[in-house]
Amino acid sequence: MNKDIVLETTGLTMRFGGLTAVSGFSAALPKGSITGLIGPNGAGKTTCFNMITGFYKPTEGRNVFMGRELTGLPPHEVCRAGIARTFQNIRLFGNETVLENVMIGSYVRQRSSWLASVFCLPSAFREDKAIRERSLQLLDVVGLAHLENEQASSLPYGAQRRLEIARALATRPSLLLLDEPAAGMNPQETQDLIGFIRQIRDQFDLTVLLIEHDMKLVMEICEHMWVLDYGVTIAEGAPAAIQSNPKVIEAYLGEEYACDA
Amino acid sequence: MTPEMFIQHALNSLTLGSLYALIAIGYTMVYGILRLINFAHSEIFMLGAYFVFWGVSLFSLPWPLAVAASIVFTAGLGIMVDRIAYRPLRDAPRISALISSIGVSFFLQNVAIVFFQAIPRGVYRPEWMEQPWIVGAVRILPITLFVPVLSVLFMLGLLYIVYRTKTGLGMRAISKDIETSYLMGVNVNRVIAITFGIGSGLAAASGIMWALRYPQIQPMMGTIPGFKAFIAAVFGGIGSIQGAVVGGVVLGFIEIMTVAFFPDLAGYRDAFAFILLIGVLLFKPTGLFGARVEDKV
Amino acid sequence: MNRGTLTILNVLAVAALGLFIWWAQGSLDGYKIQILNLIAVNIILALSLNLIYGFTGMFSLGHAGFMAIGAYVCSILILTPDQKDTLFIIGGAAQWVQDAQAPFVVATLAGGLVAALFGFIIGFPLLRLGDDYLGIATLGFAEIVRVAATNMTSVTNGALGFKGIPAYANLWWNFGWCVVTLYVIVRLLKSNTGNVLKAIRDDETAAKAMGVNVFRMKLLSFTVGSFFAGIGGALLASLLTTIDPKMFLFTLTFNVLMIVVTGGLGSLTGSVLAGIGITVLLEWLRVVENPVFIGDFELAGIPGMRMVVFSLALIVVILFRREGLMGMREFSWQAVGSKLGLGGKPGSGKGGLAQ
Repeated sequence: MNKDIVLETTGLTMRFGGLTAVSGFSAALPKGSITGLIGPNGAGKTTCFNMITGFYKPTEGRNVFMGRELTGLPPHEVCRAGIARTFQNIRLFGNETVLENVMIGSYVRQRSSWLASVFCLPSAFREDKAIRERSLQLLDVVGLAHLENEQASSLPYGAQRRLEIARALATRPSLLLLDEPAAGMNPQETQDLIGFIRQIRDQFDLTVLLIEHDMKLVMEICEHMWVLDYGVTIAEGAPAAIQSNPKVIEAYLGEEYACDA
Repeated sequence: MTPEMFIQHALNSLTLGSLYALIAIGYTMVYGILRLINFAHSEIFMLGAYFVFWGVSLFSLPWPLAVAASIVFTAGLGIMVDRIAYRPLRDAPRISALISSIGVSFFLQNVAIVFFQAIPRGVYRPEWMEQPWIVGAVRILPITLFVPVLSVLFMLGLLYIVYRTKTGLGMRAISKDIETSYLMGVNVNRVIAITFGIGSGLAAASGIMWALRYPQIQPMMGTIPGFKAFIAAVFGGIGSIQGAVVGGVVLGFIEIMTVAFFPDLAGYRDAFAFILLIGVLLFKPTGLFGARVEDKV
Repeated sequence: MNRGTLTILNVLAVAALGLFIWWAQGSLDGYKIQILNLIAVNIILALSLNLIYGFTGMFSLGHAGFMAIGAYVCSILILTPDQKDTLFIIGGAAQWVQDAQAPFVVATLAGGLVAALFGFIIGFPLLRLGDDYLGIATLGFAEIVRVAATNMTSVTNGALGFKGIPAYANLWWNFGWCVVTLYVIVRLLKSNTGNVLKAIRDDETAAKAMGVNVFRMKLLSFTVGSFFAGIGGALLASLLTTIDPKMFLFTLTFNVLMIVVTGGLGSLTGSVLAGIGITVLLEWLRVVENPVFIGDFELAGIPGMRMVVFSLALIVVILFRREGLMGMREFSWQAVGSKLGLGGKPGSGKGGLAQ
């Protein structure tokens, strides 16, 4: 297997009863790439994310991450292996502060147990301090350091999205899955997001897979993309090729437009 | 064990099971549409029995009239409990309503202790119920058969309401999705009130029959049958009326037959139901007739 | 404020409590001391339930069960062999019950540990259940414990229970354990592990995605909570000197739940304050249930009135002030400092006692 492939899925299929949500999704993500997963509503994009991150156990197919078989592992194991994600409908820990949200993300890499802090062991204090500092740095990266003590649910929408990314980064992932990061953002914010995603990719040595509806963002940022429609991969390739692919246009705009293309 | 004894036990199981079934219907209907374990249900059951006792002994009403009045009163009480203690919490976290219902349950039980005192009282039984029929060596009290027959009738009536009337359609809609039901013009509060009314009326009916079968009443009488009936509802598949009935009858059989065959275990009788509950929750949380609900990520 | 100052303040607070107990021991009458004792035990119970429900979001109604386990284990260990001879009039005690013997502190710890062991064992299957099902299943567990206590005559003396349990649980023991409980739970919640527990309460799915082994963390919280419930039960047994299965009815869990909800789910400060307030009220209302004499005229007591008032109070709290007394806020020295204008950063309201 190619060493530079971070994630390779083969024939991922998800059936709910009689309904096939995703059928035979096969993709390979090269290290350091930014890849897009697009398709109309209900095409099965989030289902793919859920299969990759262990929330769904695929009916068929395999998931190999950095040479390790992940198929069937529970979500927390997948995260420990190095895959972090955000959610389409932002899922922060609303009652916790901004800083605590990021610290929770660090927990998966934490070594000392709670007993160490009950017995006031110096190692526990040291690690706690290190986690706190690193979390603050991450908040700085996403531009939320000044809000560290705010309650997460009180943040404005855009800030919540960025906090969710900071929290995902705290788990020290190699692969970051972003589920509609630009949803609800205005054009300027979307433009900033493009720079931001590239920046964290470089800074944290990440591979990024993102689901997005905003075509401008996808076309600009992605090096490669997969297009799903009714759970089936209908196209794959570089943005330019996808843009002129009649099947894709048909899926998005309906048949009559496809004929004109 | 002689065949006669077995038949006697089977009849007793059927009666007890039918009583559980009647109570379970109330739990299952409320849980089906509100996802709420209505702890107060067992107190409605107890009050149903007390209202008849009062009607007969205090107001000298004829027994059938006292029964009718009791069912009407408890139905109203059930609706009132929902209106005061549950409706304001429809948008609150689910457990809030549950805590409220625990509060209501303790409240009603202790109000009963304050007014009726914690001592058991004997109840009036109509004479025709006192005459056992003797078939061979088997002694059958009319109530033993009366209860199962009535339970089946109630179940059929309810199934008619749920599947053949507009109110029933509303109930089914709310149980699927309460938000959308509002938008679709279902009078949600009215349908829920009717559900509480029906459930409470049935609880009263079973409370009255319970008092006839085990002829005494006291303020704590609802607690254990209430838990067991809820367990029967979970066993049958919460939200399903048929499930509640089957679950109730099966629980009745398990309880009486285990004690009949293993008299040593009699002391553990009240624990059977809870062990069954934990088993069902672990191995088949949807029960016999329940539908599976997927968590959406 | 730096760590040193905070440590000093906390030590001073504990010392003040010690001084108060020393004074109370000498100057207050038995009735008032008993109320203080009950306050300490109720705070322990409320803190442990708050950890399970308020901070980790597991709706458990099994507290009475864990308390019963703690109470019985502790009593068996501190009752003398002679007492056991007279208590077990039906069939005698099992040999190991007859022989078991330990000093009070060991007995209390044993009560907590056995309760924790049960919490761990039943947590394995039960903690996979969602909120209300978990509630009813843990309630079922408590009922099973009670039925078992009624029937295992050679261990628990059945329905008769134990009488004359040595009254070791004085103010020092009770408040000592109360401080230990508070300390351990505060340290746990202040650590990043505590953040993770709260994360599970807020959004289990997101916690899983963040690499949290949700089930393991729930089991941890539940086991620690059951441990302290067992400790509370053990102290209660020695405090009341009599126990029997009827004592561990659902009402007992209800009282603890009442304290936790009134104080505020997710606020330890709230549990402490409500623990004090509600214990005092519960005792005070006991008067209503006893007959009152005005001159020669006797007013009959009203049994049940106490619980009528309390259940009504719970309904009112849940309907009109769901966040309870404190919401999720906590006491912190920082906040006190800034209130008094002693400089220091204004507390965010999330500081903590042992920070």
